Amino acid sequence: MILAAALDSAVAIASRRANRLGSSVYAGRSLVMVERSLMALKTSNWFAVLSGFVEPVFYLASFGFGLGGLVGNVSEGGSASVSYATFIAPALLATSAMNGAIYDSTWNVYFKMHFGKIYHGILATSMGALDVALGEIVWALLRGLAYAIGFMCIVYPLGLVPSTWGLLAIPAAVLIAFGFASFGMAITSYMKSFQQMDWVNFIMLPMFLFSGTFYPLDVYPSWLQTVIQALPLYQAISMERAIMLGQFDASLLWHVLYFVVMIASGLVFTTRRLTALFMR
Amino acid sequence: MISGVKSTNNAMGRLLHLMSDSQLHNGVPSMISARNLTKEYGDFTAVDHISFEVPRGEAFGLLGPNGAGKSTTMRMIAATLARTDGELAILGKEPNAQGPEIRAHLGVVPQQDNLDSELKVHENLMIYGRYFGLSRKFLKGKIDELLDFAQLQDKRDSKVNELSGGMKRRLTIARALINEPEILMLDEPTTGLDPQARHILWDRLFRLKELGVTLILTTHYMDEAEQLCDRLIVMDKGRIMAEGTPANLIREYSSREVLEVRFGSNKNAEVAEQIQGIGERIDVLPDRILVYAESGEGALEELTRRGLEPLTSLVRRSSLEDVFLRLTGRSLVE
Ligand SMILES: Nc1ncnc2c1ncn2[C@@H]1O[C@H](COP(=O)(O)OP(=O)(O)OP(=O)(O)O)[C@@H](O)[C@H]1O
Ligand SMILES: [Mg+2]
Repeated sequence: MILAAALDSAVAIASRRANRLGSSVYAGRSLVMVERSLMALKTSNWFAVLSGFVEPVFYLASFGFGLGGLVGNVSEGGSASVSYATFIAPALLATSAMNGAIYDSTWNVYFKMHFGKIYHGILATSMGALDVALGEIVWALLRGLAYAIGFMCIVYPLGLVPSTWGLLAIPAAVLIAFGFASFGMAITSYMKSFQQMDWVNFIMLPMFLFSGTFYPLDVYPSWLQTVIQALPLYQAISMERAIMLGQFDASLLWHVLYFVVMIASGLVFTTRRLTALFMR
Repeated sequence: MISGVKSTNNAMGRLLHLMSDSQLHNGVPSMISARNLTKEYGDFTAVDHISFEVPRGEAFGLLGPNGAGKSTTMRMIAATLARTDGELAILGKEPNAQGPEIRAHLGVVPQQDNLDSELKVHENLMIYGRYFGLSRKFLKGKIDELLDFAQLQDKRDSKVNELSGGMKRRLTIARALINEPEILMLDEPTTGLDPQARHILWDRLFRLKELGVTLILTTHYMDEAEQLCDRLIVMDKGRIMAEGTPANLIREYSSREVLEVRFGSNKNAEVAEQIQGIGERIDVLPDRILVYAESGEGALEELTRRGLEPLTSLVRRSSLEDVFLRLTGRSLVE
């Protein structure tokens, strides 16, 4: 009896991780943050949740089917030509994943940091700053994933995904959402005012419009192409497009690497910043 | 019944801990040890090279005027604020490197409540326990026990924002107990509580102390400090002004008794001259004069012998408040 009680104590649980690498910032309980978000889900703003999802769907309807009739077929970089709706569907799926991930990792996190004092309370427990960062990022990524799955449920039956291999776009969406959530939270943790937060919106819109979403990148001069290729949404779109149109080649690995770096650096900066904000 | 069985187990669990503890100072295991502990914010030194030890099971108080550095010290001990300089060990562990491990031993009641306003009352307790990695099964029983203690059973499904200030305070205190901490850190725990809740808390703290829990406490209520603290430090401007048991501090910095006399505010200064020499020390305040003496009655007799007739007079025992005011001054200098 006594032994069982002692094993389950908070102290015993924490000491299991003692002396491990990173034990000053990580207790291995980031999923408890997801538990918290699930508990808080009841009080969330469902309209905002839904609007983030329907936005890309509206773009698909108006551009893909409306404008698509005028445009006809499209081909990029010598690949087989596809209908305009088929061409923009992967881009909009990538955007869905991004939207979902960004909403929770920016505005929601900003609120919790500056008004809720929630992280103060959490970091007084045996949780570490990396637990909080990772947990919040995973939650944001789940939302991005949900948007991407929802979008897939619309475009697949419509025949906009030529091959079944195109369903691999969903795991790719996890990577994309993870990257944006991680990066979004890192940036948010440095923001000090609502004005600065507005910059997020200000950057998101042009990135959405010009990242090869609605037309191939080769309409731009080559220097501009290089700039755009460095943007995360371009990377996301061209990864999803390759997967959904069945063009599997080595360039996919570069996209994956891009997001792995984005995830890792986002986590490092967020953890550092949370430590600086709440422990200094 | 069930909670009775549980707390027996806890007591024995703590006993086992105690026996296996290797951190010994003069034969008593030291829970907290600070040497030249310092916190600077830019050019400003909030905590200035303070040193103290807290043995296991002690109730240790931090007193001091606003801005003295109490909360800053508390947060460094709680491993939620990095120190600038000095040494600090909690249960022999180093807060910068072993933060999560240290915090598993602690229950923290911060000066300002930071409850999760997106969650209900019982959810606040549940998720807090989960942050420590405790199982839902264990927490279910624990939450019931804590809601009883905080007298919030009928509010268990309320939102946090629907609670009164005192209820929020009680919930914060209950939350701090969720992991059955060995060290309980209370930063002005009873501010905002009504007298009933205050006495219930004192009673609970006494019982925790009996179980071997170490209490670290700040308060602006001197009666509370006198009641609860085995030993305390008085801080001012980031430094320790005095250290000792309440009784010792009173003996050292005040007299046994205090005579308070009023002559009307315009006569105070003039009378003060004639009082010189009575008792050990005299304090002239705008509305009254305090005479510190071994015997208050004796001082009063001496006063009348000199032909002085106060409007009102009161003899009382010296208290911690007298010590506090003597050490930290009466004016509000920031
Ligand atoms: N984050 C901060 N940045 C700069 N100065 C700070 C910070 N936190 C506290 N201080 C300063 O440190 C000093 C000590 O503050 P602290 O909160 O420890 O005081 P305290 O003794 O708890 O006072 P009170 O009784 O009012 O709660 C104050 O002068 C305060 O202004
Ligand atoms: Mg304070």
